[in-house]
Amino acid sequence: MHIPDGFLDTKTWVTLGVVSAGTVGLALRKASKKIGEKQIPLMGVLAAFIFAAQMLNFPVAGGTSGHFMGGVLAAILLGPLAGVLIMAIVLIIQCLVFQDGGLTALGANIFNMGIIGALVGYYFYLGLSRMVAGTRGMFIGAFIASWLSIVLAAGACAAELAVSGTVPLKVALPAMAGVHGLIGIGEGLITVAVLSLILKARPDLLETEKI
Amino acid sequence: MRRIILIGLLIAVAIALFLSPFASQSPDGLEKVADDKGFLHKGEVKEVFSAPIPDYTLPGVKHEGIATSLAGLIGTLVVFAAAYGLGYLLKKRSERDSRAEG
Repeated sequence: MHIPDGFLDTKTWVTLGVVSAGTVGLALRKASKKIGEKQIPLMGVLAAFIFAAQMLNFPVAGGTSGHFMGGVLAAILLGPLAGVLIMAIVLIIQCLVFQDGGLTALGANIFNMGIIGALVGYYFYLGLSRMVAGTRGMFIGAFIASWLSIVLAAGACAAELAVSGTVPLKVALPAMAGVHGLIGIGEGLITVAVLSLILKARPDLLETEKI
Repeated sequence: MRRIILIGLLIAVAIALFLSPFASQSPDGLEKVADDKGFLHKGEVKEVFSAPIPDYTLPGVKHEGIATSLAGLIGTLVVFAAAYGLGYLLKKRSERDSRAEG
């Protein structure tokens, strides 16, 4: 759901640019106080994995495709602020190097996939995973939060398009929520699969201090 | 930790190199909605700048699959370096700050 140039009007992309820049700035400041030797390489590996996985579009119904976003996975492994920073790095490089997502829409894309996708998604995960004990709670929370992160990001995207006068909300919202409700199932499955692999191979990584 | 970095990076590189050419070519969710609801043309604006590897296809490579693979490889390594570098800089700053305070 990378928004290209031209879909958002000036007031919308400027506002979201300011909000995202402020949030990323805050995340940088807080992260610099918390980051340890162990988190540095994990940030690199996780960002690289999310970039690569985002290239793999899988087919969903009706001639549409979707791909993994990774915000909730990043936040579960390294914490919500690290999640925002990882998503911002991936989105900035996708925009500048691969023309995926417009330069004017970069703030909106960081807002949708970083702030909503990782930060908001993480707090849903925290709440949901505590309702069921143990690793089952982790998996159930991760699946639902991942699904929600996609649907909420798609809803935000629809609202931004509507505020920009590109398409009415009552047209954009059901269409975006509908297709991303399917893509979100893929998001949930991939997040749970990666977490269960890590749990089997290196469970200590799940205990990494969160940023 | 060195092993985790190596294995993690290898997994990411393998995905980008070997799986990316087989990704679905269908429009993504937003693109499809834009097409169905008639606002796709609004995205056809003049590019603000020209990216070096547009659409995940390395220019100058004839074979489309290989062009995508190489674009994925470059992107994965660039993202790894950027995120690792950011983590390193943040850590440096926190060390400097704690020295200044102490």
